Amino acid sequence: MSEKFDVIVVGAGPAGISCAYELAKAGVNVLLIERGEYPGSKNVMGGVLYRKMMEDVIPEFWKEAPLERPIVEQRFMMMDKESAVTVGYKGMEWGQEPYNNFTVLRAKFDQWFAGKAVEQGALLVNETVVLECIVENGKVVGVRTDRPDGDLYADVVVLADGVNSLLAKSLGFHKEFRPDEVALATMEIIKLDKKTIEDRFNLEENQGTTIELFGDATKGILGTGFLYTNKDTLSLGVGSLLSGLIKHKIKPYELLEYVKNHPMIRPYIAGGEPVEYLAHMIPEGGYKSMPKVAGNGVLVVGDAAQLVNAIHREGSNLAMKSGQFAAEAVLLAKERDNYSEATLNHYKTRLMSSFVGQDMKKYKDSTHHFDKFPQYFDKYIPMVNKAASQMFTVDGSSKWEKQKKIWRDVGTAGEKFKLARDAYRAWKVMK
Amino acid sequence: MLHIVACIKQVPDTKIIKMNPKTNTMDRASAPAILNPYDAHAVEEAVRLKKRYGGTVSVLTMGPPPAVKAIKKCIEIGADEGYMISDRAFAGADTLATSYALTKAIEKISQIQPVDLIICGKMTIDGDTGQVGPGIARRLDMPPLTSVKKVKEINVEEGYAIVHRKLEDGYEVIQSTMPFLMSVEKEINDVPYSSMTNMLKAARYQPVIWAVADLEDVERTQLGLKGSPTIVSKVWAPTKPSGGEMLEGDAAEQTEKLLNLLLEKKELFAVKGGSDVEH
Repeated sequence: MSEKFDVIVVGAGPAGISCAYELAKAGVNVLLIERGEYPGSKNVMGGVLYRKMMEDVIPEFWKEAPLERPIVEQRFMMMDKESAVTVGYKGMEWGQEPYNNFTVLRAKFDQWFAGKAVEQGALLVNETVVLECIVENGKVVGVRTDRPDGDLYADVVVLADGVNSLLAKSLGFHKEFRPDEVALATMEIIKLDKKTIEDRFNLEENQGTTIELFGDATKGILGTGFLYTNKDTLSLGVGSLLSGLIKHKIKPYELLEYVKNHPMIRPYIAGGEPVEYLAHMIPEGGYKSMPKVAGNGVLVVGDAAQLVNAIHREGSNLAMKSGQFAAEAVLLAKERDNYSEATLNHYKTRLMSSFVGQDMKKYKDSTHHFDKFPQYFDKYIPMVNKAASQMFTVDGSSKWEKQKKIWRDVGTAGEKFKLARDAYRAWKVMK
Repeated sequence: MLHIVACIKQVPDTKIIKMNPKTNTMDRASAPAILNPYDAHAVEEAVRLKKRYGGTVSVLTMGPPPAVKAIKKCIEIGADEGYMISDRAFAGADTLATSYALTKAIEKISQIQPVDLIICGKMTIDGDTGQVGPGIARRLDMPPLTSVKKVKEINVEEGYAIVHRKLEDGYEVIQSTMPFLMSVEKEINDVPYSSMTNMLKAARYQPVIWAVADLEDVERTQLGLKGSPTIVSKVWAPTKPSGGEMLEGDAAEQTEKLLNLLLEKKELFAVKGGSDVEH
């Protein structure tokens, strides 16, 4: 006989686990289904965990969660082929409780986080694929898994099945995503001695650095790279829109090899041993690509709802928040004993009026803008590098002459106008 | 009604594990812990026999608290109950001390329900000895049937079983009285994808956990490191053989080439201290 739960959450990532955790804590009978061998085994991110949203789920989690390093410094590197202009901020206040954010390795962290949901009373089943939602009379009433006697029923099914959510797609909540709505990121985890990492990145024990890479890191294709410090490994990766990879006929791992050999990066990773290779899609379509997030008996959270802020490389925090809001909506529906779309839409209202929805709206054009105008990445970043080089090279010419030359190098009057226009446009999509 | 006990162990996945080049020991942190693959077949066989003859399947393991995961895996396969003995006093046990501790646990399980059959995997993939099963059989005075690849028949009323034992050149048909212990080959069965019912049961399941103090008539000197006379004098990672030659062509050509090669290199087959191979 098929079992019935109050709620079935599909996918044990930050969104799904947060949702299951909150529901179990409230005494709801919740089943969390994960396709991997254990939660985290198939989950990938560059590695920055934001303290605030995690803390909203589990207060003072840093005292027991498997974290790598609290981040005390964030750098941004605008790279040309053999140079880089770097800006950054380092502050000791980030190195103390309650910290700002942390680097994490998802395979460890998600496993721990799911364990906390289980402690609250959630039931976790791994190595199981949900094939489809069971729909009766226009209502989602359960899920069909790939296991023998694998149909399971629930009042609400929460889809936290990640980017490209096939379950939401089969419900008609979104179409197949276009190549300019998803990025593909590849990364390596590179083992290095703890002390070497601290020396190379100018860190003390229990301090971490993140470096975001722009420009030549992705060979001028729209995208970013990153280099993060873990305890005794580095996470180095690059991601760019699928459309860009297709247009430039570049394979994702070639991009990773390129950045590994880049003179600005090479010294950081020298002597390191790659211990893991990971790749994952990132939903970067933003607000305009968001699917329908609530239906009769069903909610969509996290990456499955395209909740990623590509400009600020945020995703897991939006996912957690969405999981919490979904739990809130389920509790409301339970109270009213009404699991219709109208009731569950409470989730959408909460989501869109929170920072999640606000940020999704604010940056709704950003990815599309930078995708449409590649000059930001392939022209202006090299220009900035050239300008810096000219300004800081001591060659006997006056600074006044240097400034004139830099301005001349921007190009003709027409090109200068274009630069001003692009700067204005960029400001407009980011403002 | 049969009561079958399957003895299982959580092991590091040796397909992935790395060796520490300095100490020549396994770096256990480098590989995930899994249910010993042979033991999955042991549990599956127990579940099949239960389906054929009726009864109960209990699994037993000795290990640290995380080994509960391996028991849950067995519940997924279809076991009814799980028992675990876990205590610092068991640490560092070799096969002799392990078989002693497991025997004490089986004696305790027998008090709950008499045991008709004990099934073990052929061996563990981290120790590769295959000694614990026969060790338990000896201590419980049961016939040990190793390398079993098929259970032909169990006659519960008359108390005997007929099994096939794998040999290098065929198989052996053996009839044994019950209760007995058998260790099984992988080919005895295929472990199917577990049903959702079993998955949910496993997710909810908490095994019975016993410490040394919960077991009866235990001689502490026979436990753990103290009770382990085995001395590991040296461990090393074998070097990977390299080179090799591919013989190409159709079957006849390949046979011809192989034959010539073997005749050419007959010194390879000369037994040390024995006579040369004639042709």
